Amino acid sequence: MTEDAVTTLTSAAAGNGPLALEAVGLSKDFRLGPGTILHAVRDVRISLYKSAVVALVGESGSGKSTVARMLAGQERPTAGTIKLNGEPIDVRSGNAFRRYKSEVQYVFQDPFGSLNPVHSVGYHLARPVKLHGGRGIDTKKRVIELLEQVRLTPAAQFEPKYPHELSGGQRQRVSFARALAAQPNVLLADEPVSMLDVSIRLEMLNLLDDLRKRLRLAMLYITHDIASARYFADEVLVMYAGQVVERGPAEEVTQQPAHPYTQLLIASAPDPDNLGSVLKSGNSAPRAGGTGGGPAAVGCPFSNRCPLADDKCRAENPALLQLTAVRAAACWRLSEAAPALAGDAA
Amino acid sequence: MSPVLDIRDLSIAYRTPGGDVQAATHVNLTLNKGEVVGLCGESGSGKSTLAYGACRLLRPPAVITGGSVLYSGKRTGTVAPVDLLRVPQGDLRAIRWRDIAIVFQSAMNALNPVLRVRDQIIDAMEAHLRLSKDQAHEKAARLLDLVGIPRTRMRSYPHELSGGMRQRVMIAMALAADPEVVIMDEPTTALDVVVQRDILAQIVELKEQLGFSVLFITHDMSLLLELCDRIAVMYAGRLMELGTSADLKDAPAHPYTQGLLRSFPSLRGARRALAGIPGTPPDLRDPPPGCPFVPRCGFAQASCTEVDMSLLPVPGRRSALHVTACPVVTPELVAERAAAATAAAAAATAATATTATEGALS
Repeated sequence: MTEDAVTTLTSAAAGNGPLALEAVGLSKDFRLGPGTILHAVRDVRISLYKSAVVALVGESGSGKSTVARMLAGQERPTAGTIKLNGEPIDVRSGNAFRRYKSEVQYVFQDPFGSLNPVHSVGYHLARPVKLHGGRGIDTKKRVIELLEQVRLTPAAQFEPKYPHELSGGQRQRVSFARALAAQPNVLLADEPVSMLDVSIRLEMLNLLDDLRKRLRLAMLYITHDIASARYFADEVLVMYAGQVVERGPAEEVTQQPAHPYTQLLIASAPDPDNLGSVLKSGNSAPRAGGTGGGPAAVGCPFSNRCPLADDKCRAENPALLQLTAVRAAACWRLSEAAPALAGDAA
Repeated sequence: MSPVLDIRDLSIAYRTPGGDVQAATHVNLTLNKGEVVGLCGESGSGKSTLAYGACRLLRPPAVITGGSVLYSGKRTGTVAPVDLLRVPQGDLRAIRWRDIAIVFQSAMNALNPVLRVRDQIIDAMEAHLRLSKDQAHEKAARLLDLVGIPRTRMRSYPHELSGGMRQRVMIAMALAADPEVVIMDEPTTALDVVVQRDILAQIVELKEQLGFSVLFITHDMSLLLELCDRIAVMYAGRLMELGTSADLKDAPAHPYTQGLLRSFPSLRGARRALAGIPGTPPDLRDPPPGCPFVPRCGFAQASCTEVDMSLLPVPGRRSALHVTACPVVTPELVAERAAAATAAAAAATAATATTATEGALS
């Protein structure tokens, strides 16, 4: 499949600000053993604009974290280019990598594992400040500023604390502050709220949203919760088996999904508005091929679970087909899967 | 109908050098035959402690400081219900797994990595049932059929199975002795939504088929609303509200439940304003007097520190099953606040509109 077909496609996040980080044709193969190669990421195109959030949605193993790690410069792509502010990135030497890191920062999923238990909050923040802040920076003052930015106030009280003295939400705020210490333009957040309680998640997303606006951050939000992507992101990219199967504005993708996999994802999400529904009647409607087996090796990776799959789907992997100026989906049978949208494309 | 499991006034504390942590305080909860009851609360609210404590599975420093847990299943059915907290150790062993089974949290890691799946299931059966080797083998195969795992995978090691399959194995093991009550502690938290829905549908199907009752523990309220007959909401070791799924969804009485319901983004329908619940739960070593939710509650008033936290029927509701620990917040008060909020929002929109018009003009 090629991206050429969709070069005219604009990102739904493009309106918010200038392009910060862009990856084209991004691929990553892992060699699992002699002769076995896992195509973890296949030909992904992703554009992060300042003040905008792009959500990467998919199940575990779909390659979304690998995309983020390549964007963070921690993993070298097998193919494709990554450009920061229009320049191809260079992370080969230690210095270059550090310069890159001061622009692009990563927030980890697990606030319990990503902070060092023997270091205080102040230490966690002072280190990146010293590393990226340059000479003559008032480290102490900057650490307090950072704590205030993520609303850990009174900051002076939190600075000497150790991770075990903080709640999960507070720890994740420290992770955010640590990422912001380098004054980055791009924030890659890998499931930043999935380990937190439901009642805290929203507060965290609101904080991220606020930071994005105030600091004009370009943000990648990785999640398996497509409902939160609807509220938080401008553009949604749905990944399955290493490739983007659908992309478009968050509201449109969640309200009118085109790809059968996106449809399955949305049908599977718990729906409190649908009391006693599918589950209680024992009629599990969207049981598309169950969960065993994993993605198909030949043809469309979703073909072995897709209710619409035909011979062509099982033989040939579809490219992203542009549906509107801002939407695309990779499916041979779009006219059946999403008749209204496919009509527009034709 | 008498309940299968009747938790009465159960209190559990963790003895720490800094004082007792009141993990569960005077909790009353019943589970009827064939019912799915959800137990919902954030981490540290005591929901797992309550469930494990009810089966006497907690080790020191946890101590049960009061209450009783009456179990009246089919095997003890003709005689009076037994109090799980007072039966001799040997009888308790017989009840566990055979009558009350647990699917543990992070079941992904609860399997022994160096034993084949089949051997682990057989192991559990040998400990609790009298079966010959062939019978045990056959039963293990049938259990895996039940949860949709092909018999060819019986000889697999846990690492050869996906997360969803490992979870199914755990459920199969819990059902090995045909239990009356299955306690499920966050059985789907680590799984993605598609697998989650599959497994939940399967649990419901098995429940219909085998007739057990489920106590389902999770922090995901949206899941419980769809799955459960009744839901208990727990906060800081206390039950805050108890009612049918419809009760809680349509007329949540406790401000904490209301907050939870406003916390998760909805996929379908119009986008709604999300509020979350600002603040953190109280320190249970020194719980505040009265209602523990006071510091985070939008309705808090002076009398809240004297609330005794007993569950009372929600005023104006027909259902006697719908009870709340909050005597302050009434539907009228909620409606009044909502009206005020809408008015304020309307005023704000009007103000923005005016500014926008002015901006356009200038």
